Amino acid sequence: MSAAAQPSLADDAAPVLSVEGLTKLYGDRIGCRDISFSLWPGEVLGIVGESGSGKSTLLRCLAGLARPSAGRIAITLEGESFDLFALDEPTRRRLMRTAWGIVHQSPRDGLRMGISAGGNVGERLIDAGSRHYGDIRAAAEDWLGRVEIDSSRIDDRPGQFSGGMQQRLQIARVLVSGPRIVFMDEPTGGLDVSVQARLLDLLRVLVRDLGIAAVIVTHDLAVARLLTDRLIVMKDGHVVEEGLTDQVLDDPHHAYTQLLTSAVLT
Amino acid sequence: MTAPAQQHYNYAYLDEQSKRMIRRAILKAVAIPGYQVPFASREMPLARGWGTGGMQVTAALIGPSDTLKVIDQGADDTTNAVSIRRFFSRVAHVATTEKTRAASVIQTRHRIPETPLSAGQIIVYQVPMPEPLRKLEASERETRKMHGYGEYGLMHVKLYEDIARYGHVATSYDYPVAVAERYVTAPSPIPKFDNPKMNMSPALQLFGAGREKRIYAIPPHTRVRSLDFEDHPFTVQRWSTPCALCGTTKTYLDEVVIDDRGGRMFVCSDSEYCEERREAGHAGAMLASAEAMKLVDARQPEDAP
Repeated sequence: MSAAAQPSLADDAAPVLSVEGLTKLYGDRIGCRDISFSLWPGEVLGIVGESGSGKSTLLRCLAGLARPSAGRIAITLEGESFDLFALDEPTRRRLMRTAWGIVHQSPRDGLRMGISAGGNVGERLIDAGSRHYGDIRAAAEDWLGRVEIDSSRIDDRPGQFSGGMQQRLQIARVLVSGPRIVFMDEPTGGLDVSVQARLLDLLRVLVRDLGIAAVIVTHDLAVARLLTDRLIVMKDGHVVEEGLTDQVLDDPHHAYTQLLTSAVLT
Repeated sequence: MTAPAQQHYNYAYLDEQSKRMIRRAILKAVAIPGYQVPFASREMPLARGWGTGGMQVTAALIGPSDTLKVIDQGADDTTNAVSIRRFFSRVAHVATTEKTRAASVIQTRHRIPETPLSAGQIIVYQVPMPEPLRKLEASERETRKMHGYGEYGLMHVKLYEDIARYGHVATSYDYPVAVAERYVTAPSPIPKFDNPKMNMSPALQLFGAGREKRIYAIPPHTRVRSLDFEDHPFTVQRWSTPCALCGTTKTYLDEVVIDDRGGRMFVCSDSEYCEERREAGHAGAMLASAEAMKLVDARQPEDAP
């Protein structure tokens, strides 16, 4: 991305998320090992790598869904810094529902399928303490509009939506509460190319407009190039290369990254 | 009641250790208002789902000096009420009554009596589904966390869905309440009309779910708030007609079909309250014809010998 899209790499800005020596083991198997990086406000970080390279494991740890075996995840919210897994569970769960959001690869993991689109979007507001039906409804309508879902579909259940609409609904549900960090696991997986393009366009606009820091896991380098500022390349649970997206993709240093970029169909 | 010649069961049917276990669960439930206490539910001589939870709570509480009233859907004379009342008069030798005021223990299914309860009375609810979040979250592990951490947003999502679909909160029974501003609790399938009666009630309210193996309680003088939205406040059912038998407008009414030509009447669901009012001389629009059809006992003429 352009240099203008690097808003907060100045010395005075504190990273919103910083990871030190993060390791997650599944028994003897390595999920991911010794990962360290920082994420600044407004920055979009991509994690790329082939399947099985530990991308999703890393994301699950970052999002608070899985407890890492070793290492530290520090989150800074409103000037206060804290260790994610040193928090007590209720606080961590509350933050997961308000201060950050997770967009799952399959919308079914992120949505309540038995509840209408409006209810799905409204849940995060209710979690945040809103008890005014009119306000919740208005916010849900507004957000459906922003993700290009017709407001007449507000009372339909997600099961009546197409795959692309479900994914957009999931994004609206996450963004409605104004999170500071958004984690996305293959947000465009399983969608056809034209729907992918529109979703990516939408995501780019939303993330830029709201100044949200985002971590996007993908195996699609085109998605990485379009959305992310910085890139981490993973292989076998390790980080093999890290840098600005354009740098990594145009001038890959590590042999694996070279293989990965040359494998893209263009 | 006269003591029977020979006893086939322990007093109040359950053995003493089982009753102790249930009493411990009740004490814990009273100490933590609205919290569902697991207990080792016993087999009772009727099928689970027919009030075995309520019966076990009653059996653990009752003594020979108690007077028991049993309500089923507001009435004292329906099958479930009659058989449970007879069961306890046989195994616990207690006096039974239909009068709300005269009862020390009231076991109920689906209603709270219209006559206000007083201090010293205990009302035992039969509960089929003690977990208010169950239909929204299938995992017990997760619902326990939600209760523990007070994460009750999902309950309001359910109310949101009601308003979005029907324009108002269409949940009309088992309407979720917050007990002492802490635990969200299922009030058992009573109509939401009865929810306000739970608030600050001077009586002890106990809930037993036999199949689900849970006991919970609302101690006397505890705040019970029905959940709602600021712009859609909690309301109870209203009827356009008074009770056809006793003429009151203050009670929960049942619709009764009286012929095959679309005739119907609305009568008090609480049969004892309705009867008491009729005895006091109140009459509804259809009382005379109901007496003629022998739907209710005819009043004694004033000048009867």
